[in-house]
Amino acid sequence: MGVQRSNIIFAWILLLPAVLYVAVIVAYPLVETFILSFTDASLRKVTNWVGWINYEKIFNATFAEVIIRTFIWTFFSVALKMIIGTFGAAMLNTAVPGRSLFRLLTMPPWVVPMAIGIFMWGWMYNGQFGMISGMLQRLGLVDGPVAFLAYGGTAFWATIITDVWIGVPLVTIYFLAAIQSIPKDLYEAAWTDGAGRFYRFRRITLPLMVPSIITMSMLSLIATFNSFDIIWILTQGGPSGQTTTMIIDTYQTAIGSKKYGEGAARAVLICIFLSAFCFAYFRVTRRLNPEKRA
Amino acid sequence: MKNTPMIDRYRWWEMVFIYLGIAVFLTFILSPFVEGFLVSLKPLSQLFSSPYRFFPENASFEAYRTMWISVPGFARYIFNSFFISIVVTVIVLCLVVPASYAFAKFEFPGMGILLGAFLTVNMFSGAVLLIPLFRLMRSMGVLNTYFAMIVPGVAFLIPSAIWLLRTYMIRIPQELNEAAYADGASHFYTLRRVILPIAMPGIIVVAITTFIGAYAQQFIFALTFNSKSEYMPLPVGLFAYFGKQEVIWNELMAASFVGIAPAMVIIFFLQRYLVGGLTAGAVKQ
Repeated sequence: MGVQRSNIIFAWILLLPAVLYVAVIVAYPLVETFILSFTDASLRKVTNWVGWINYEKIFNATFAEVIIRTFIWTFFSVALKMIIGTFGAAMLNTAVPGRSLFRLLTMPPWVVPMAIGIFMWGWMYNGQFGMISGMLQRLGLVDGPVAFLAYGGTAFWATIITDVWIGVPLVTIYFLAAIQSIPKDLYEAAWTDGAGRFYRFRRITLPLMVPSIITMSMLSLIATFNSFDIIWILTQGGPSGQTTTMIIDTYQTAIGSKKYGEGAARAVLICIFLSAFCFAYFRVTRRLNPEKRA
Repeated sequence: MKNTPMIDRYRWWEMVFIYLGIAVFLTFILSPFVEGFLVSLKPLSQLFSSPYRFFPENASFEAYRTMWISVPGFARYIFNSFFISIVVTVIVLCLVVPASYAFAKFEFPGMGILLGAFLTVNMFSGAVLLIPLFRLMRSMGVLNTYFAMIVPGVAFLIPSAIWLLRTYMIRIPQELNEAAYADGASHFYTLRRVILPIAMPGIIVVAITTFIGAYAQQFIFALTFNSKSEYMPLPVGLFAYFGKQEVIWNELMAASFVGIAPAMVIIFFLQRYLVGGLTAGAVKQ
């Protein structure tokens, strides 16, 4: 028992700094957000309790729109990341010459500071002088310049594409590792039975990738739901609010208009959604590998 | 081709299909960089002219010279980015190495919950907590200093670092600890002299991913908690190229490439560690 107890004490000594740090910088603000959401906190010195008013305020027509938009935005972004990531991983897994170079070339969007990648996309989306509009005109697909970020519909998709671009490298590398952990003899057995390459991919690779795809799409869902930089730099939520997601809306309310109380109520709502996703994630991963300890 | 196993041999049309697929994939990934680089070579007048031309006429590296003149603070921004990322990495390592050792090698009540709690932190972005963080930074008196970006940056990089390093440390055989204890070594001595040297490659991977994370994701805290240009990191500092009338795009792109060069050098030399390290934490053991 003595050894056991000294082990536990030692473990806690090791953990304490990290636990305290996260408690002060993350847990305490989380609690304070919750408390603030019931006040009219702003730049003024006095702060009053206002009860549920902040929550009542956010449930107007435009906010319902923001929630729906956030979910649509997140859905398409995650779905595209999964599809492109699977495609990329399958291609990079092939034994063709040059593949280690191709794998290396997949990484840049992930390692480059996000803001820089976003600036580059911002220029490509430029209507008069940007690459995409220019190329489309060259190919005769559109008549005049298309200012992608100036119209709600195109800006919505433009921000999704940029988010996908930033997320794809990690998804691809993760899926590549998942494919490589599939036992080789499965493929060899299928090959001896005369199964073609595409058939082997559809019947062996894809089914065995399903757990990884589910895990990754949950993780990606959470990250994408939190996505801020891309929309903020490209459109700041515009034009006329057409790319305003919940995070952007919260930022505009809290930091832009300095309505801390109202902003906090919106943040609490985001936290509720995120907690639901987290809960689902833990449930799903536990079901996928039941024997796992943590 | 001689030693390639039969199963990995491709017919010509399969080769064509694979290279075509890789080409499409990499075009998506790399075209912003190609376009960005070509933009940095074009004179501003050519950029703002129609019709669109992909390749520059009279390409020059002029923008790479003028960028330092039009934004004199740019070198400072790069330094700030590095400084913030290095300090963040050091603090994260100091907190995470002992914590992940505890998670990997000891059983104690509440361990599962605590590990889950750390993972949950990972899922709340800084954006949701900006208001109280802002007030916290204000009351600590660190608004508009380096610490305004370092302190929150560290907190959000801790969870994934713990997760990664823990999976690495679990693989270190338990017998090593037991042998050290049997020889009368203390807990701290065992950690410092037995575990740390063995865990070094894992710690390096965590250091790299943390550094990249800190370097790449400084935007929101820097935007919100710091308004002094002498402390601005690269991502926010680049906004200096957004003039009153128009954006100086060629210099902005040139500056971006100068700014990302260090990160590119790092991945080029450490890619093997990176791919392995990234996936080690993710794929179940």
